[in-house]
Formats: sequence, C-alpha cells, structure tokens
Amino acid sequence: MDIHEYQAKNILAGYGVKIAEGGLAYSPEQATQRARDIGGNVWAVKAQIHSGARGKAGAIKICKTPDEVFTAADELLGKNIVTHQTGPQGKVCSRLYIEAGTDIVRELYLSFLIDREHERIVMIGSSEGGMDVEEMAESDPEAIIKIYIEPAIGLQDFQARAMAFSLGLPAGMLSQAVKLIEGCYRALRDTDASMLEVNPLVVNGHDELIALDAKMDFDDNALFRRQNISELRDKSQEDAREMAAADRGLSYVGLDGDIGCMINGAGLAMATMDMIKLAGGEPANFLDVGGGASPERTEKAFRLVLADDNVKVMLVNIFAGINRCDWIAEGVVQAVKKIDLHMPLIVRLSGTHVEEGREIIAKSGLPIIMAETLADAAEKAVVARNEIVATAQGE
Amino acid sequence: MAILINERTPIVVQGFTGKIGTFHAQDMINYGSNVVGGITPGKGGVQHLGRPVFNTVKESVEQLGAEASIVFVPPAFAADSIMEAAEAGIKYCVAITDGIPTQDMMKVKNYLKHFPEDERMVLTGPNCAGTISPGQSMLGIMPGHIYIPGDVGVVGRSGTLGYEAADQMKALGIGISTSVGIGGDPINGSSHRKILEKFEQDPETKVVLMIGEIGGPQEIEAGIFAKEQMTKPVVAYIAGLTAPKGRRMGHAGAIISSTGESASEKVEQLLDMGVTIAPTPSAMGETVAKVIANL
Repeated sequence: MDIHEYQAKNILAGYGVKIAEGGLAYSPEQATQRARDIGGNVWAVKAQIHSGARGKAGAIKICKTPDEVFTAADELLGKNIVTHQTGPQGKVCSRLYIEAGTDIVRELYLSFLIDREHERIVMIGSSEGGMDVEEMAESDPEAIIKIYIEPAIGLQDFQARAMAFSLGLPAGMLSQAVKLIEGCYRALRDTDASMLEVNPLVVNGHDELIALDAKMDFDDNALFRRQNISELRDKSQEDAREMAAADRGLSYVGLDGDIGCMINGAGLAMATMDMIKLAGGEPANFLDVGGGASPERTEKAFRLVLADDNVKVMLVNIFAGINRCDWIAEGVVQAVKKIDLHMPLIVRLSGTHVEEGREIIAKSGLPIIMAETLADAAEKAVVARNEIVATAQGE
Repeated sequence: MAILINERTPIVVQGFTGKIGTFHAQDMINYGSNVVGGITPGKGGVQHLGRPVFNTVKESVEQLGAEASIVFVPPAFAADSIMEAAEAGIKYCVAITDGIPTQDMMKVKNYLKHFPEDERMVLTGPNCAGTISPGQSMLGIMPGHIYIPGDVGVVGRSGTLGYEAADQMKALGIGISTSVGIGGDPINGSSHRKILEKFEQDPETKVVLMIGEIGGPQEIEAGIFAKEQMTKPVVAYIAGLTAPKGRRMGHAGAIISSTGESASEKVEQLLDMGVTIAPTPSAMGETVAKVIANL
C-alpha cells in the first residue's frame, strides 16, 4: 500500500527526521492561507498523488507570492497528472501540500528497502540526490552505497556513520545525520514498510539535513497489525476495479487488452495470459479467483471482468485441485445465466472430475466453447476475438 | 528415493484441529502420508483424526519421532510456528500459510541461521502448495492423483501452474520423483537453487523442471548453479510475459521492481546458462519429454 508524501513526512517527523514546515490544502484559498501561515517568501505547491517523478511532470510548483500559490493550486487541484510512474491514465490530484521553500545547498539520496537476494533491509545512499536510483544504478553504479542491516540487531551507529561519511557530509553534521538515518530506519521497521525513500535529502544553508521528499510503501500482509497505517489509505489513488476486487477477496490487475480472464492461482493466471499473447491476443486483465471458486465467487469475478468495456471475449481456465470440476462447471453455468452473458466464453477445465464438469457445460445449452488444453483455450479465445473485430469492421 | 520426504517420514500437522488443517490432514492420510499426529496449543491430550494432539511441537518430536511438519497456522502466528518447529528438531517444514508479513519471514530466516548448517531445518514455502513424492508421501494441499512416480524433479513458485505441469507430464506418461512448491512470497524458506542442489544429489532424479515467475533474483541464481555445478539437465518456464512493471500479480513476490526481474530478461539469461526453456506454458510437458529423449 502506498501513501502520500505528506503522510510519510508526518511519520518521519515522529521519528525525529527534520522536514520543512508545511500544511495540507484542498482548495486554492486554503493553499494561500497555508502559505501565509508558514510565512517566508518562497513556497512549494506539491500535488499529492501516489507517484514519484512529480517534479518533471509539473506537479511541484515553486511560488514567490501568495497569488502565485493560488494560481498553482488552482491549476493542480482536480488535474489528472501523468508521470512516468503513473502510466498513461495518470492520477487525479485532490490534495496539495504547501511547504516552505528550502535553500538547497546539496541534494542527496537515501532509501531503505527489502532486498530479496540478501533477505534483509538494505540502506541505499548516494551523494547525487534527486535522480532516479534505477537510472543511477545503470549509469553510475559506483555512486551508490549499499549497507545491509542484520535483522536481529537492527541498524547500528557505525553503519549510519559509514553512510553519512559516504554521502560526503562533514564531521560537524555527523550527529544529526546519524539521528536522521536511524529515525528513517526505525520508521520503516516499526510500520512494516517495504520501502522508504527520501529523494532528495537536502543540506540547506544552515547546514541542516532536511527530508525534502518522502515516499513510503507498506507490506500489505502486515496491515492487519498496523491499523494506523491502514487508515492512511487513499482509495482515490487506486484503480477502482482493483479495489473492488480486493474487497471481494479476488486478486485483479487491469491491463490494456480485450480478452477477459478468470483463472485460479496466480502462476496459472500469468501463464494463461502469456499463452493468449503467444496466440496473438492481448489479455484484458489478470484475475486470480483463488482456490474456492464457488458459484457466488465465480459470478462476482465475471461481473468484475465484464465491468471493463474493452472485453470482447471471456476465457475461464480452472485447474481443480481441492475443488472439483463439476462444482466449478455448475458455478460457471449459473453465473452465465444470471449475468446473461452476450459474448463468446471459452472454458477450459482440468483436474478432479473433469469429465463430469465438461458434461455439465455441454448439457447446459449455453453457447460455451470448451477447450482441452491451455494452448487450445488461448487459440480459441483469440479466434473468437478476431471474428468479433472483423464483423464489427465489416458493418 | 526422492528428496525431502518419503513413505516413512513421520509427519505432524501444525494447526491440526482447525478447519483447514483437518481437511488437508485427512487428505494427506488418504494419500498414504505417514501423519503421526498434530499440534494445537491448548488442545494437547485429545485425539483428532485418530491421532494424538500435542500442545508443543517438541512433545511430538520426543514422543513420536516427528521429522516433518506442515503449517496451516494463520498468517499472524505462522512465523512463530515455523520457529517452534525448527527449535523442536523438525528436519523439514512446509509452510502453506499465505499472507505472512515480510519482516516476520526475515526474522524466521535469521533464526534458522543460528543452527549449524547440518542441523538446520529445511523450510519450503510459505504461500505454497507443499511437497509431494508421488506414490510415497504428500506434505501439501495438491491433488495427489495428478502426479505419477518417476524421475523428473519439479520445483516451482505457483500451486496451480505446478498442477498444470504435472498434468501435462502425466498425459505423456512422465513421472515425478518429488515436486516442491517454494511459494510466491518475496522471502521464502528455500530458493529454487536450494532445491536444485537436492535434486542434483538425488540418484533417482534425472531431469529437473523449474517453474519460475517474474520478480526477485532466484531463477537466475538457480540458473548459475545449473550451469556451474549441475550434471542433470534443467528445463524452465518463467510465467509473466505480459505482466507490466511495478504491478503485483497475485503473489506478493510476483512484481517486477528492477532490471532483470521480467520474464523475458530471465528467459534470456537462463538460455545463456544452458537451461532448456519451455516456449509456452502449454509445452512444459513436451519440453521435458524432449530433454528426456536426449539423455
């Protein structure tokens, strides 16, 4: 789960990390009021969307008068902002964070994340802040410092000092650097965050270290014990269909194609999508209905896939393990009748009681296209899809 | 022979008396697995499915000589159950539970490292379908009847995609020595590589099928091992060709977060390492068949 910059900064401030003075605004009027409350003569008006790379997308504006703050806020609020991390559909900005301008002397990079290879939290730093760490890793790997943290004892002072020196910070700033680095680490550890990025971390004209931007991402599996974090969820930043799916206990990812999919198991779902692609089609979605594909669940899954207007044909691929194909076939037949489906439906069943399952579908009188294998199912789906497109073009 | 479990391996079920534990314990017993008892803290002393229930794993090891355990404990408590098994002297533990927090798994992995390597419990999963040595023992939740005994070792992240592979192989008359699910989580008990090491040492395994997916470094790590240290051929399929970057595809660990983690990049590297790639998920069985024919 992602959160907004202002929320991440709030968490970090609680761990003694210095941030610039700022406040939240939902309207241009509020934004100017915040700027006046903060005082000074430079402010940053920052769109709060779940994405990095906001600066390049024009979603962060530096303003020199309250009038400029008003204009910037007016422009950003309600705007659909496209960054290279949001995808072409972008994300709508409905909150702004108004922050005191910082006189930046140096920009650094600091992040913490779970390293899957070492199975530890890794602290990553670079004296070149403000850059994309992925790009940096390719263009200048030498500039990246990585320090691995032993899970049982946590981040040690010497490691924080090593990072501070590697970032090129002078001895006089050492203690505040150690405090900030350890604060960030504790914030990640205590909230079950899977990623925390301060980019840039800046040194201002008074030799103060300030987290100028902050991004946090949390382990969904740990939210059950992090009520305070769960409350930070902003559903407006998440895909509506994915949210609806998650609420129903289904795992769904919307894609750009037109062959709707319903599959049990994440691996088989990915493999079926691959097969569609290899057969010349494009999947409209990833959907794992999980183990217990009951009639109710099947119906919900169908409705979810069909809510995507691009879907032209539907492919169901179920490998019944603990389940039985006859129960699943029953569920599919019921769902199709109830939904009154008007598009080609390709069904491939495999596993326990497969013959009985096929018989139920054959006897249902519904125009369901049965497939024997994974390849057969994908090919039939692509053929059906192409026929629909050709007919539409012919008309 | 097989790896990890055989028909004699004494098994206990952690979370024995719960609904899920009961269902799958019965299924394993029906398959012929040597389930000797189970653990539900607070219910020790009663009988369940005709077998004794213990309060602690330690008691089951001391009294029944339990060697393997399977964990059906809910996510919030599962890491604790795994560590209890390790401490009690269980040699092999399968964690079925889906949804264990990543930091809990880091703790588990770190705890396991405190044991000397030759005494360290082997853990597979979490978030997996378990392990089966066909015809001998099933320590998992898979449909046992789709696996036939043979000499192909299978290791994979996904449950149903593993069933798909077993089914394709069965249709071609190809049997399996052991099939191991390592699970779809970002941090898991055993990597693909760890299981390849075991298959390499198993005299009855002739070929290994590795079923990987997007995300993480484990398939490549396994490929390096296959190239440098294995005598047996490895066939692989990597799922997630169509998965967009940065999106989690069902499994907590199935996400492309950095360079080298996409399906096409993994396939390219594995080919360089001499691994035979199944070109489509429908061709896993026939690709294994071709490799067997060339032995």
